[in-house]
Amino acid sequence: MQWETVIGLEVHVQLATKSKIFSGASTAFGAEPNSQACAVDLGLPGVLPVLNEQAVAMAVQFGLGIHAEIPEVSVFDRKNYFYPDLPKGYQTSQMYHPIVGPGEVEITLEDGSTKAVRVHHAHLEEDAGKSLHETFADGRGHAMTGIDLNRAGTPLLEIVSEPDMRSAREAAAYLKAIHSIVTYLGISDGNMAEGSMRCDVNVSVRPRGQASFGTRAEIKNVNSFRFVERAIEFEVERQIELLEDGGEVIQETRLFDPERDETRSMRTKEQANDYRYFPCPDLLPVVLDRAYVDHLRDTLPELPAAKRARFQDELGLSAYDAGVLSASREMAEYFEAVKEVCGDAKLAANWVQGELSGALNREGLPIQDSPVSATQLGELVSRVMDDTINGKAAKQVFQALWNGEGQSADEVIEAKGLKQVTDSGAIEAMIDQVIADSPAQVAQYRDAEPDKRGKMIGYFVGQVMKASRGTANPQQVNALLKEKLDALC
Amino acid sequence: MHDTTLTALAAGLAAGEFSSRELTQALLARIERLDGELNSFITLTAEQALEAADQADAARAAGNAGPLTGVPLALKDLFCTEGVRTSAGSKMLDTFVAPYDATVVEKLKAAGTVSLGKTNMDEFAMGSSNENSFYGAVHNPWHRNAVPGGSSGGSAAAVAAGLVPAAMGTDTGGSIRQPAAFCGITGLKPTYGRVSRYGIIAYASSLDQAGPMARTAEDCARLLTAIAGHDLRDSTSVARGVPDYTQELDAPLAGLRIGLPREYFGEGLDPAVERAVREAIGVFETLGATLREVSLPHTHYAIPAYYVIAPAEASSNLARYDGVRFGHRCDAPADLTDLYKRSRAEGFGEEVKRRILMGTHTLSEGFFDAYYKKAQQVRRLIRQDFLDAFDEVDVLMGPTSPTPAFDLGAKKDPVSMYLQDIYTIAINLAGIPGISVPAGFVGGRPVGLQILGTHFAEARLLNVAHQFQQATDWHLRRPAIAEETL
Amino acid sequence: MALEHADVLRAAHLARLGLDDDEAAHYLDDLGHILTMVDQLQSLDTEGVAPLAHPLETTQRLRADEVTESDQRERFQRCAPAVEQGLYLVPRVVE
Repeated sequence: MQWETVIGLEVHVQLATKSKIFSGASTAFGAEPNSQACAVDLGLPGVLPVLNEQAVAMAVQFGLGIHAEIPEVSVFDRKNYFYPDLPKGYQTSQMYHPIVGPGEVEITLEDGSTKAVRVHHAHLEEDAGKSLHETFADGRGHAMTGIDLNRAGTPLLEIVSEPDMRSAREAAAYLKAIHSIVTYLGISDGNMAEGSMRCDVNVSVRPRGQASFGTRAEIKNVNSFRFVERAIEFEVERQIELLEDGGEVIQETRLFDPERDETRSMRTKEQANDYRYFPCPDLLPVVLDRAYVDHLRDTLPELPAAKRARFQDELGLSAYDAGVLSASREMAEYFEAVKEVCGDAKLAANWVQGELSGALNREGLPIQDSPVSATQLGELVSRVMDDTINGKAAKQVFQALWNGEGQSADEVIEAKGLKQVTDSGAIEAMIDQVIADSPAQVAQYRDAEPDKRGKMIGYFVGQVMKASRGTANPQQVNALLKEKLDALC
Repeated sequence: MHDTTLTALAAGLAAGEFSSRELTQALLARIERLDGELNSFITLTAEQALEAADQADAARAAGNAGPLTGVPLALKDLFCTEGVRTSAGSKMLDTFVAPYDATVVEKLKAAGTVSLGKTNMDEFAMGSSNENSFYGAVHNPWHRNAVPGGSSGGSAAAVAAGLVPAAMGTDTGGSIRQPAAFCGITGLKPTYGRVSRYGIIAYASSLDQAGPMARTAEDCARLLTAIAGHDLRDSTSVARGVPDYTQELDAPLAGLRIGLPREYFGEGLDPAVERAVREAIGVFETLGATLREVSLPHTHYAIPAYYVIAPAEASSNLARYDGVRFGHRCDAPADLTDLYKRSRAEGFGEEVKRRILMGTHTLSEGFFDAYYKKAQQVRRLIRQDFLDAFDEVDVLMGPTSPTPAFDLGAKKDPVSMYLQDIYTIAINLAGIPGISVPAGFVGGRPVGLQILGTHFAEARLLNVAHQFQQATDWHLRRPAIAEETL
Repeated sequence: MALEHADVLRAAHLARLGLDDDEAAHYLDDLGHILTMVDQLQSLDTEGVAPLAHPLETTQRLRADEVTESDQRERFQRCAPAVEQGLYLVPRVVE
């Protein structure tokens, strides 16, 4: 039987506010345990929440970024359950009236084609704290878990997709698209390793052609692009195998174990939870003024899809280049800055994707930490364009800038004497010297069939370039050498 | 000194007749000597009180005294007080020393008042008799076998007995007004949102409101002026200016339109209470007011709606008492569930558990629409009843409670206890202000007249109550214990 | 809507309230009476009436995104029953 995979994602994005969603405590990552948990975050008796305007603005910006409806009124509800990392015994969330209504995210597939994935809604909520399972013991030697509530109250935007994805690849592409939208908007640092983006994956399979969905499993808390793909691949295989063996998929929550590369059922110790949602009486309905929403819309930065289109249409880049260069806001900003300085989009694209990306990958650095600034690279490209240096010297200059051996391309060119020699007198003199020093090679050249000579000229070019320490203009060297050698034949 | 009003004491302090330290010492001595009979205080804070009194005296000497500087009072033990145990009348918080002050407490401190201590109350403000306190029942100063009312029973008893000139209470379904009525004092529940709830241990967030309890409307006006106002830490507090509530006390009542809700004089009302209340209302006619009967047709549904909404909110508000960050924790928990279940079973009393169970049940799957949503719809109808009535009249009047204070232990069945709040509970659902003023006696037990106004009509209510108190002397009657001198 | 023993036990579990059988039976009785009283609501026609969550129909005010709180862990943990290395301790949570 042919099976079709159906995937929906719930992506939790930590919003990059300075303070928490309902309190004035800091959201900075990595502080001493509980040093950023204020009275409100701890749920001390008598405390009350007050909503952070920036969290609201960021949620709306996301909504606008995915062309979603922004309802005029949204309401916070309480989701009631007990867990030690949930201080109040309820999570303040939005169940019935979320801040962002239906929207759409465009994803780009491997073959360059695009697909729209519908977003059901996105809502604001507070994050929980963290449980640390290192060994603590109570007085009787029983193992204890430590609770750190620094993260409690960090604003989260939960983005809930429709079950529109049909493969692990599509799901990963969707997650990447969300990542790039939120980082473009600057509403999240998108740092998955620190948990700034986490997702729950709903997976089911059905015989191809069947209209109704199969029973789904929910894989909780997957925190990397790669794991999303692997978790789905495993889960799809598990479900198909189960069904083909005559079994049934049960609706349950599963965990992905990256070490074993499998998903496994979270033992459901007790009856299904009943969260008893009801409107939070400590918070009033959030009403968004049209003018406010319009203002946010007007000040929205250019988003990846628009940027990609512009790179292709206006800058003449290939679909591939446009995709790569618009994938992250940092990459796009860097590229555009290089282009701004040198004035040539294609050369700028080549350098960013070639020399720079290579070096960054080798060192494992993100582009925002590049030792070579966009201005430096732009100036370097300009020097290639105006023939001040040749391509080979340019690589040397790049390496020098990378190593911090100079403030600018010009400084490095000057210090290393890499300025291209285009004076034909000087080049001729070097050629004459090389020919004089290489009688054997000259003899071979002369004896060779004329159609073989083309290849043999490489030796002489190399010698001349070496003599010029790489600064001679290679085209000139080639032309003059050919002329002089052929004259000897 | 003890047998006088807050207003008179403030005047005495201003005139230098006595210092705040002298006044504070005298009242602390009375509490030490007399509160054994009443049990109106959970915690006395003598040391902090004397310190605050000295600061008040120093401020006065420096010419920095305000209208309330040096005035002693007490706080219901539901207000968080930094460095002082804040128990909510519960074993759960028996050892909880609050690390911060409630906004009301901050404001009272800033006004120079001197808190003598924390008063007894029904556990987590759930009750109408003050019998649900971990610290034991409070006795009514007028009759030791009678309840003082609840949940702010300690505050009411302490004021009635002359232990403090005023005390802060909270009112979720009548918890200021009913004990004020039972103890023969004046108690004001402001409009929802008028006073910050920050730092007041929550019972039912959409209903809770703090207010003053004192001997006179004038005293209440002074205190409300000090505690009202917008608080950035409470999203539900209202950004609206605070007038000096004493300014309009003397406005004449000629032409005042008084509405008498038909439903507040019906079945269940003790005829003797009705007589006293009607007589009191008659006084207003002599002051130039006009009376007319009005209807609040959904009155009958207020108690059912309240007992869905309040327990639902409470079940969620009280989930934070889990034995992890503060409060009671059971010994040697076997596992997490055991920690939760035993800490909460041991820490909460019976009525609190009853309401948590009730609220949990009505919010749970399959019941939400039938109970919670329905109750919220009824809540709108109840509020509309009041808004419609206030289109026709300026204030509404009726009894605060259908009976005078009942005997301790008389109401064993929860529903019969709940029905006591028939005239007070709808006011919280609608969010309007209400005041109870002493209006006579039945069998030696005080009767309260309740006066209701539309949202933010506190100045009007205080004016109406004050004019009544200018024309009557019920509020000056004292129980024997208040006459005792040391 | 009649309340059953199982409903009480379910609510007690959701609310993490330890109850023994006698207590559950006692609360079943009490809650039954209260629900009977509450069921009067069902006789009222509320078709088309919007639920009212707050007595004042005002809207949420927003707070500027500023860090206003400093570290007060020591103070807040003074009232905590079990703390180690700045962490609140609970019996081991099994994931």
